[in-house]
Amino acid sequence: MILEVADLTVSFVTESGDVSAVDGVNLDLDAGEIVGVVGESGCGKSVTAMSLAGLLPRSARVSGSVRLRGTELIGAREPELRRVRGKEIAYIFQEPMTSLNPVLTVGRQIGEVLQEHERLSRKQVRQRAVELLSLVGIPSPANRVDNYPHQLSGGMRQRVMIAMAVACNPTVLVADEPTTALDVTAQAGILDVLRNLRDRLGTSVLIITHDLGVIADIADRVVVMYAGRVVEQAPVVELFAHPHHHYTDGLLKASPTPGRHAGTDRLQEIPGLVPVLTRQPDACTFADRCPAADQKCRGSAPPLTASSGSQAHLAACWHPTRQEAKR
Amino acid sequence: MPRYLLTRAWHSALTLVLATIVVFLGIRALPGDPALSLAGEDRSPEALAAIRAEYGLDQPMIVQFGRYVERALHGDFGTSIRTGLPVSDMIRTALPVTIELSALAILIATVLGVGAGVVAAVRRGRPAEWVANGLALIGLSVPHFWLGLLAILYLSVATGLFPASGFVPFTEDPIGNLHHIILPAVILGTGLAAIIMRQTRSAMLDSLSADYVRTAKAKGLSPRAVIGRHALRNSLIVVVTIVGLQLGGLISGAVVTESIFGLPGFGKMTIDAVFQRDYPVIQAVILLTATAYIVINFLVDLLYSVIDPRIRVAGEAA
Amino acid sequence: MTVVSVPDAGTSPAGLTRRTRVLRRLRRNPLAVVSFTVLAIAVLIAVLAPWIAPYSVEQTDFTNIFSPPGTPGHLLGTDDLGRDVLSRIMLGARASLEVGFLAVLTSLVVGVPLGLAAGYFGKLDAVIGRFTDLLLAFPFLILAVGLAAIRGASLGNAAVAIGIAQIPGVIRVIRSDTLRLKSLDFVAAAVVDGASDLWVLVRHILPNATSVILVQATVALPAAILAEAVLSFLGLGIQPPDPSLGTMLATAQQFATQAPWAATFPGLAIMVLALTFNVFGDALRDALDPKGDR
Repeated sequence: MILEVADLTVSFVTESGDVSAVDGVNLDLDAGEIVGVVGESGCGKSVTAMSLAGLLPRSARVSGSVRLRGTELIGAREPELRRVRGKEIAYIFQEPMTSLNPVLTVGRQIGEVLQEHERLSRKQVRQRAVELLSLVGIPSPANRVDNYPHQLSGGMRQRVMIAMAVACNPTVLVADEPTTALDVTAQAGILDVLRNLRDRLGTSVLIITHDLGVIADIADRVVVMYAGRVVEQAPVVELFAHPHHHYTDGLLKASPTPGRHAGTDRLQEIPGLVPVLTRQPDACTFADRCPAADQKCRGSAPPLTASSGSQAHLAACWHPTRQEAKR
Repeated sequence: MPRYLLTRAWHSALTLVLATIVVFLGIRALPGDPALSLAGEDRSPEALAAIRAEYGLDQPMIVQFGRYVERALHGDFGTSIRTGLPVSDMIRTALPVTIELSALAILIATVLGVGAGVVAAVRRGRPAEWVANGLALIGLSVPHFWLGLLAILYLSVATGLFPASGFVPFTEDPIGNLHHIILPAVILGTGLAAIIMRQTRSAMLDSLSADYVRTAKAKGLSPRAVIGRHALRNSLIVVVTIVGLQLGGLISGAVVTESIFGLPGFGKMTIDAVFQRDYPVIQAVILLTATAYIVINFLVDLLYSVIDPRIRVAGEAA
Repeated sequence: MTVVSVPDAGTSPAGLTRRTRVLRRLRRNPLAVVSFTVLAIAVLIAVLAPWIAPYSVEQTDFTNIFSPPGTPGHLLGTDDLGRDVLSRIMLGARASLEVGFLAVLTSLVVGVPLGLAAGYFGKLDAVIGRFTDLLLAFPFLILAVGLAAIRGASLGNAAVAIGIAQIPGVIRVIRSDTLRLKSLDFVAAAVVDGASDLWVLVRHILPNATSVILVQATVALPAAILAEAVLSFLGLGIQPPDPSLGTMLATAQQFATQAPWAATFPGLAIMVLALTFNVFGDALRDALDPKGDR
């Protein structure tokens, strides 16, 4: 395993007490694997992503374990984490508009990472920046390198973000909603770039999204999060075909997935709202919205366990769905 | 030249014209016969007639205004009633002192203000922020002319470290010049430093929570690069604007500071003129101050566009 | 439909109105409490000064000049004419506050309508913008010099000069707040309902801009107090023998080596006044900041 996350727990200190954001998350990432983390906004997926390289604000209390090739990152000192960021674990963020510095050229912003982590001359840095821009599919990169972010389109900016992220050949690429702010064409382009990078450089990719379409398109394996916990985890085909957790089931029914015709099947919404994240150690967090919930679900939290033969398919549910028969 | 700058240039020109009209009308609003005011001591009918002819006071207003502008453009502001010297000569000797004082004060204020503002933002919620905030509040609340008085009283008179008053031109004795001007410059700079500090702090807090700073951190950049290259660079745009807008306050402050430390600058000349009812000097001072303010703020706009590429380079896509 | 519910008047989940929330937040901030208390005492002393000052401001005592602080009967000493420094500071503070309030009032009376108009009517924005530029080109001291040249130096002229110089600041903050409010749904709703511009401005925008006006006033007041001190110090404001903290310092400057206290206490008084206003203004701004509502 390249990246092993075990029992990751994050809470934020606020004026009105501690607020739990991530509650005992386990997650693995293999070399060259693309894992999708999916969930509604506020489910803790972004917080999980940010905590990997210690990027959470000071008000965050993080416990558990994040091991990168066996090295523990939780509790690591700042200089050590800085060597990891950008070099080992690189990030792509949601808003290409605001995630790039408006007053620096894109070449400079890509060059910065190289200068920080690798010994290169000024000339080499620039040349490498041009190469990177061409790698992520930006036309006439030698000119674009001197552009400022506002001179590029949203899709181009996101490609620049990716170029910046892969500048030092990171082991793990964390992409937090990389396509959300983009139109459909630009979105497909970005996903192609990510896939291409995995194939050519062997980068492991952790992609965070609320969009099941993106997951279906690119991920090898899916992790479903709900209210700060992992509720299901499975290979992508398996998950779409046989969701075990009622939340996953609801999520699939609420989105127009391939194989179902929009218009004939009405999309179903999940009743209720995402709960306010206070600790509920002794209950299934989805119980209040779940059609199958009973006293057991409200009395004890289900562990994430393998079910129905497949070791790769895990779900945290006392009463998994029996979809196989219906489909 | 980008569109933004053309607009700013047009606005500055317009403001300059309006300011000239205001000053001109102000002279007309002086109590009594302007010829009497301009004449000073010699109020014989011949002298008054000469002044009326010289200033065209017998002409229609619009002609008078035209002549006023023409003379101002040639640097001709008449003769001082108090000294009998051409006003332009008096300004020429006084101005360098004020410019040196103000420039030094801006320099000191920027270094102190930006430094303290960055520290306060980066060390948010820690003792360093409280100290910086407290000092800024005091800097904002202390009357600097009083601070000047205390400095003379307790630093100059008591210890003899600095001269209490007087001035030596830089060209004659650079060391002596700095020795005379450093204390007034520090005093004048405190108020501006406080304002710059507060603006820098809030701009830095904004940019430190910006997405691009998160990106910079995620790239593994050192705190120095994150703060200096990413956060501060964006905050400076705000600071530059503030310095431009505070110029009026600085000019006012310079007048007081000069009069306390006995520096022979623009300010002292102005105050002397007010009490001597030296109208030619007063109107020249007012017109020049307004012009300086307008011109410098236009330069600030130019600088602004140098710092911010979004203004300098027009977008091609998006 | 008359839109009565405006966002600011909305209640939080706890059922508290915005006003109570702001007041509660102020009460919980020790700096706000301390500065408000000091301010209240200072204003009370200034208002009552003519009746509670131990001496008449003009009462000279040539047998008792330059008495140091602590002299029996003269807590803060006496000046060059044997006048009681404490009494003069009390009355000087009264004059400072008077000029301060007058100046701020002047700037608000002119600036608020102009700011509202500039933010609300796009066509007027450019015109008012040029007017603002014009005013900015004349610093308060230069305005005071001009006014003194035309009308002579006085308390009123000082207040007017300071007030005029503060107009651009008022226009700017009111304008941007009006722009913000104009884009909100409840204003749009009122416009769709056919409310007149004046009605929208007075009934919907102005009430919601009060917090901005309040903050602007607390920022402008200490600045005006400092400006008054500067003008009076230079002889462009309040004229002797009327007591003013600025003129006291001007006189004290001449005798600074003989009576340093006379040059120290009036300045300290100005600073305390300005500082408490600034501290309270900061606290008020933080309390009104909607970001703190969460």
